[in-house]
Amino acid sequence: MSKEIVIRTNKLTKRFDDFVAVDEITFDVHKGEIFGFLGANGAGKTTAMRMLCGLSIPTSGEAMVAGYDVFKQPDEIKQNIGYMSQKFSLYEDLSVKENIEFYGGIYGLSNKQIKEKSGELIERLGLHNEADKLVSSLPLGWKQKLSFSVAIVHQPKIVFLDEPTGGVDPAMRRQFWDLIYDAADKGITIFVTTHYLDEAEYCNRVSIMVDGKIEALDSPEGLRKTFSASNMDEVFYKLARKAKRSAD
Amino acid sequence: MRALRFLMQKEFRQMFRDKGFTGRLFIAPAIQLILLPMAANYTIKNINIAIVDHDHSTVSQQLSNKILSSGYFKLADYTDFNSKAGALIENDKADLVLEFPSGFEKNMIRENNQKIAIQVNAINGVKASIGFGYLSGIIADYNNNLRLQWIQPGRTNTMPTIDVVSSYWYNPSLTYYIYMVPAILVSLITGIAGLSAAFNIVKEKEMGTIEQINVTPIKKYEFILGKLIPFLAVGTVVFSFGLLFSWVIYGIKPLGNIAVLYLFMYVFLFAILGFGLLISTYSQTQQQANSIMFLFMMVFNMMSGLYTPIDSMPGWAQVITHLFPISYFIDVMRMVVIKGSGIHDIRMHILFVFLIGLVLNTWAVLNYRKTT
Repeated sequence: MSKEIVIRTNKLTKRFDDFVAVDEITFDVHKGEIFGFLGANGAGKTTAMRMLCGLSIPTSGEAMVAGYDVFKQPDEIKQNIGYMSQKFSLYEDLSVKENIEFYGGIYGLSNKQIKEKSGELIERLGLHNEADKLVSSLPLGWKQKLSFSVAIVHQPKIVFLDEPTGGVDPAMRRQFWDLIYDAADKGITIFVTTHYLDEAEYCNRVSIMVDGKIEALDSPEGLRKTFSASNMDEVFYKLARKAKRSAD
Repeated sequence: MRALRFLMQKEFRQMFRDKGFTGRLFIAPAIQLILLPMAANYTIKNINIAIVDHDHSTVSQQLSNKILSSGYFKLADYTDFNSKAGALIENDKADLVLEFPSGFEKNMIRENNQKIAIQVNAINGVKASIGFGYLSGIIADYNNNLRLQWIQPGRTNTMPTIDVVSSYWYNPSLTYYIYMVPAILVSLITGIAGLSAAFNIVKEKEMGTIEQINVTPIKKYEFILGKLIPFLAVGTVVFSFGLLFSWVIYGIKPLGNIAVLYLFMYVFLFAILGFGLLISTYSQTQQQANSIMFLFMMVFNMMSGLYTPIDSMPGWAQVITHLFPISYFIDVMRMVVIKGSGIHDIRMHILFVFLIGLVLNTWAVLNYRKTT
């Protein structure tokens, strides 16, 4: 794996009045890496991720995403990242094809590229029979896979996934992770938050946030060793127990 | 600008996929244009009148017949007793009581002077005052006729009378719907085109799709234009349909240039879409947007001169109505459609609505944020 850095933060902080949601986090993410971003509910994961995507302006600190400054170049960042939120956010009243066309179009793909991409994507997801159906008619697992595929339709450098597999059955989750590996193989950096600790094992490196701070950051094996735990569950509990904030 | 094309394409696709859309576009306006002018009819008919006749003379009979045959009044009761008529007012069965005192005819002939009493039930103020007006008119008319009959041949009339001959300009027969229909069309455009833009954006917030849009490199102005342009199209369709409909059903053909109407409609839509947009930036849910809209629509409808003339409102209220684009549009519609005014006559209207639109849109764009 190359050591090119695609995300670098330095004491990145977000305050809401006197509540510090994200407290001076500093970390690097390398190109092509699958970076797991863990933490209990309310630890500040989503806020941190929203800052990196240019959806939320940091209070202080520094962050570079895909080579651009989050304060000064949010538009350049947006052209180079993909984002999949917790809440399913494709248009339910558009068909599978129309959603792909729309997002391809607003990312500036040519008509030819859009056509190729949607063919490729429908093929990869096995959605031949559903291509012209409304997205609202798809089961949740399929929606999530489609959502992910649309988030990387413009071949971004980094894709941010906020709990992408919430509410999805284990078999579907496995298939979802296959898509993630595929994307990582193509050189797309994956930045993913999850509550499933077995999924943390699939990541190259994992950070664990507690009360707005990053308490641990290493490969899954590294973390198990440091915390002398047999699996990620134990690592997580040992760290999360220290949390003072109540989950929201 | 390529992104704009995709935004608009998406918007139109969603519109036509919405099953209620064609209904809202054509059926709702049709129903409103048929029903509202009927309900908003200023000609008051069926005024219930009770006649208390203590005289039972030819004159009291003749006058009663004249009143009842006018078509405005319905006889609630014809009685000898004041108390009975009073009870009718109390029970809301009579709007007016006309009382002929005993000796009415005799006194009239002998003393050339007689009083007649009218009591008015003022619970429904409009009906009462208009009914009183009609009744006074009929009595005055009858009075004049009597006088002409009784003037002795050869003697000159000692009492000069002034006869008022009135003519109504632009709407000679005072047909209420010629006045109401163009104004109701304005209210429709406001509701269908202007305010649904607000709901559209708030819906994206509610569904979470706006967040997905916010992580794309789409520019603020592209997103907003992508929302506004499709609604300009919707407005054009509803307006054209409404004009056609009022021509077919009511025979109302704009006297003025139709292009002037369309020009003003676009200036108006610019302002009202800006207003919708502004509300959407302050609302998180459709429920919130709905309650804000409801409040404003009420005020717009009541204060824009749609039902009651702006000139009869107190000064401070008139100032407020000048802030509503809708009151300008109603004025322009009536001027162009009924009077045939041209662009020169409405130039100040265009200027003011454009300025209001500029303020609203700038405010909305500044307040719409892609980031928090």
